[in-house]
Amino acid sequence: MVDKIPILKMGKYLLLSIQVDMHDQLALDLQEDLTNQIVKHRAKGVLIDISSLEIVDSFIGRMLSHIANVSRILDAKVIVVGMQPAVAITLVELGLSLDGIATALNVEKGMARLEQMVADDELLELARGEERDTSAKAGD
Amino acid sequence: MPASVIAELLQQHERELLDEWVTAQRLAGIRTDLVDEETVRSNSQELLKLLTVAAAEGLDDLHSAHWTPVKGMLDRLSRSQSRQGFTSSETATFVFSLKEPLFARIQAQCANPVEVLWDASKLLDKLGLYCVESYMGSREAIIREQQESMLELSTPVVELWKGILAIPLIGSLDSNRTQIVMEALLEKIVQTESDLAIIDITGVPTVDTMVAQHLLKTVTAAKLMGAKCIISGIRPQIAATIVHLGVELGDVVTKASLADAFQMALKELNVRLVSATAR
Repeated sequence: MVDKIPILKMGKYLLLSIQVDMHDQLALDLQEDLTNQIVKHRAKGVLIDISSLEIVDSFIGRMLSHIANVSRILDAKVIVVGMQPAVAITLVELGLSLDGIATALNVEKGMARLEQMVADDELLELARGEERDTSAKAGD
Repeated sequence: MPASVIAELLQQHERELLDEWVTAQRLAGIRTDLVDEETVRSNSQELLKLLTVAAAEGLDDLHSAHWTPVKGMLDRLSRSQSRQGFTSSETATFVFSLKEPLFARIQAQCANPVEVLWDASKLLDKLGLYCVESYMGSREAIIREQQESMLELSTPVVELWKGILAIPLIGSLDSNRTQIVMEALLEKIVQTESDLAIIDITGVPTVDTMVAQHLLKTVTAAKLMGAKCIISGIRPQIAATIVHLGVELGDVVTKASLADAFQMALKELNVRLVSATAR
């Protein structure tokens, strides 16, 4: 494959920026590649920058949903940032509201949001752990 | 040939025809508040001259080149009359009132008046209808212009605070307008990097299922871009209508007034307003 979308690792997060027109094979490759990378790096969050993406179809919309679902199962948060107005309108007209995917206006805000989401998750996890500890003690 | 007969009549009796025509128009009622008799007379005279020239070439086809000057003159006249506030029948009466004097002449001068009368009547009817058509055309052009300027005027996106946009919608919403509103809002969100947008529908007279759907689309599009939308200014009747229609607003945040929405938006941004005098 000549075309490949680079996936960058930054700490606990993976960054990927889609800067070429997506064709279907590229999208499929990306899905697979991203899934492998999440597992390999034990990523906690994925930030997808689509600010250069100007054309979108239902397939790409579904791909984004798919990536989000896969990532959720692998316990990584996904945030899509920088969607162009035209792309947003197209997706809405196609009836794809990308439920369950967090969005942000730009990479900066997206990263802040992602960190927050991961931190919230860890807190929740911690609280649950404590609860388990106490209930385990009480049970004994 | 009726054509040449009519042209001849027009030429020979120009003066009398003009006088009688203007009298006929006066009897039919000239809008003296909008136009004086002098103008009517000069218009009539101009048309009569052009008519004489054109009629000599043949009456049948108004689309042929020699009728162009007559049509041009009627066009100009109808346009200016429609802008001045004449009614369409007043505009048409200008042409139709030529019938009486012209028919009287034909009756008096011609050997076989019926044939010539028929041709003259057909001609004047066509010209009268042409007048009405161009009158309507210019009316429609005015309406279109106004619609367009309304569309541009009615979609301002204002920045209330750093990161908070408001778009006050006034007037009824259709799909065309919603599209413009949506685009304007999304563009502005990108431009100002705003996290929150308040759509205020205080000025929207009615909300039906279509309008609600359009609003939801806008909210969803903004959400996809990473901005949150609040819908505000929902009047009691509109709230009742929305519930009555069974429109599902989903998880869209709605507030009764713009002030409430603004307050909530500030809270979202972790901004607090403090009175300067309070301790």
